[in-house]
Amino acid sequence: MIIYDLLIKFVNWLQSFFVQNPSVLLSDVLAMIISAALPLIFVLTFVLWAVLAERKVSAWMQDRVGPNRTGPHGILQTVADLVKLLQKEDIVASENDKPLFNLAPVLVFSGAYMAFAIIPFSFAYIGSNIDLGLIFFVAASGFVTAGILMAGWASNNKYSLLGAMRSAAQIISYEIPTLLVLVTIIMITGTTNLRTLSEMQTGFFWNWMIFGGPGLSAAKFLFIPFMFIGFIILYISTLAEVNRTPFDIPEAESELVSGFHTEYSGMKFAMFFLSEYANMFAVSALVSAVFLGGYQSPFGYIGNLLHITWLVPIEQFFWFAFKGIFFVLVQMWLRWTLPRLRVDQLMALCWKYLIPIAFVNLIIVGLITVL
Amino acid sequence: MKEYFQNIWYGLFTVFVGMKVTFKHLFVPSVTIQYPDVNIKLPERERNRLYVNMDDCIGCDQCSRACPVSCIEIETVKCIPGEDLGKTSNGKKKALWVTKFNIDIAKCCFCQLCVFPCPTECIYMTDVFEYSEYERQNLVYDFVTLSPVEIEEKKLNYAKLEAEKAAQKAAAAAAPPPAKPDAKAEDKQ
Repeated sequence: MIIYDLLIKFVNWLQSFFVQNPSVLLSDVLAMIISAALPLIFVLTFVLWAVLAERKVSAWMQDRVGPNRTGPHGILQTVADLVKLLQKEDIVASENDKPLFNLAPVLVFSGAYMAFAIIPFSFAYIGSNIDLGLIFFVAASGFVTAGILMAGWASNNKYSLLGAMRSAAQIISYEIPTLLVLVTIIMITGTTNLRTLSEMQTGFFWNWMIFGGPGLSAAKFLFIPFMFIGFIILYISTLAEVNRTPFDIPEAESELVSGFHTEYSGMKFAMFFLSEYANMFAVSALVSAVFLGGYQSPFGYIGNLLHITWLVPIEQFFWFAFKGIFFVLVQMWLRWTLPRLRVDQLMALCWKYLIPIAFVNLIIVGLITVL
Repeated sequence: MKEYFQNIWYGLFTVFVGMKVTFKHLFVPSVTIQYPDVNIKLPERERNRLYVNMDDCIGCDQCSRACPVSCIEIETVKCIPGEDLGKTSNGKKKALWVTKFNIDIAKCCFCQLCVFPCPTECIYMTDVFEYSEYERQNLVYDFVTLSPVEIEEKKLNYAKLEAEKAAQKAAAAAAPPPAKPDAKAEDKQ
């Protein structure tokens, strides 16, 4: 009954809201909701695919077969797993901090999903075309840390807490090289808006930032080595930010059971899983948007060639998904190649190698831009 | 300073070496054997589930006595004169009806000691190893070929024969002192 009353109140409030604000159209609100839900559809299908891909890639790299019982070549494996997770009992231990425990997976997923707001899937579709896109992305991935720390704390479990603390330390450390590289890019392009950034890299692949950005000045050629260094640093540090191997010490199965989500089961665990894979795509998308032209095709568009304008955004989406998925596959490739770093090695890599190099890179690129 | 850059180079370089190795393995055919669909051939003299070829069994009970865990139970009934049980494949004449031949494979320790004493080589180890059961009782294998009715019949026949013999003996004992050759025969008995 309470829910029903609340619903009635909410509907009444909505009605009065639209009556009082004639400038806000219902269609606009609906359009907003739909446009906010579009990345969700993409994320869900991507995760369904990526979990299977991860298992298949790992299997092939280890000369195994991988899941092949559920559907042809195991393509329904993730669906089966999802159904299984949905059916599972939602276990909450008696000593858990229940409000925080329940909130944490939601927070982690919303942090991961927030990042998708600024990801330019194509010229025609970007969730929110804000000018602070790059900075927003870093902030959103920092938001995930809060959720992870909350999960570790609320679990009331030493392994969870250790994992959460490691995760927080790791993400905070690796945000510095990420930001330093992003600042390097901002210095060259003068924008943090991801759509503008992608539009700048239009044309052919030599206009991508990794090849020194658009134009044909002497600076462009000077930039190329530093852009490659920046690209590698950004890729490594974003890899660390999403807690993937070799930087998966927050989860470290062999040491911490499974880190911050040890105590989670059923749908809450699925939320963590979902956000991990969503984050993987988000950072890959960021790397490709910043360095590899985002949604731009490397060779021009068939749509432009044939004068079919509606084909261009579809092609752009294809190229964007292609680049993103390519980097996700590289992440998997790295995962099944490299062993996990120790905590001190992790910190040494960040503070002794990535940050100084990124900083020197920043200064040199800055000098080139000024000159 | 030189070491610092060497470290970086070495770190990056070895990552690419490792990635090359794993990439090559992407295209190596998998070594997995899809077990329930594909079975690897077992070694020639593997020891798994026991099998008894009852056509050859003469009911000599040697396997049962050899078994260190007593998992073979055999009961036999002698045949009555005139019954032909046939011969085993190596030419031995069968003289006993095997009325019970149970192997409790749950107890079996796969030592193969029952196989060697068998005079007709009718008990042997097979390559069947997929015989898990939900009930322990189901692991007791019964190899008897006779039906329960037949078993009863054979038992009855033998009992009749015994009874007849006993009757004859009793008759012989009750009979007046027999002649010499008869007495000799009785001594033998």
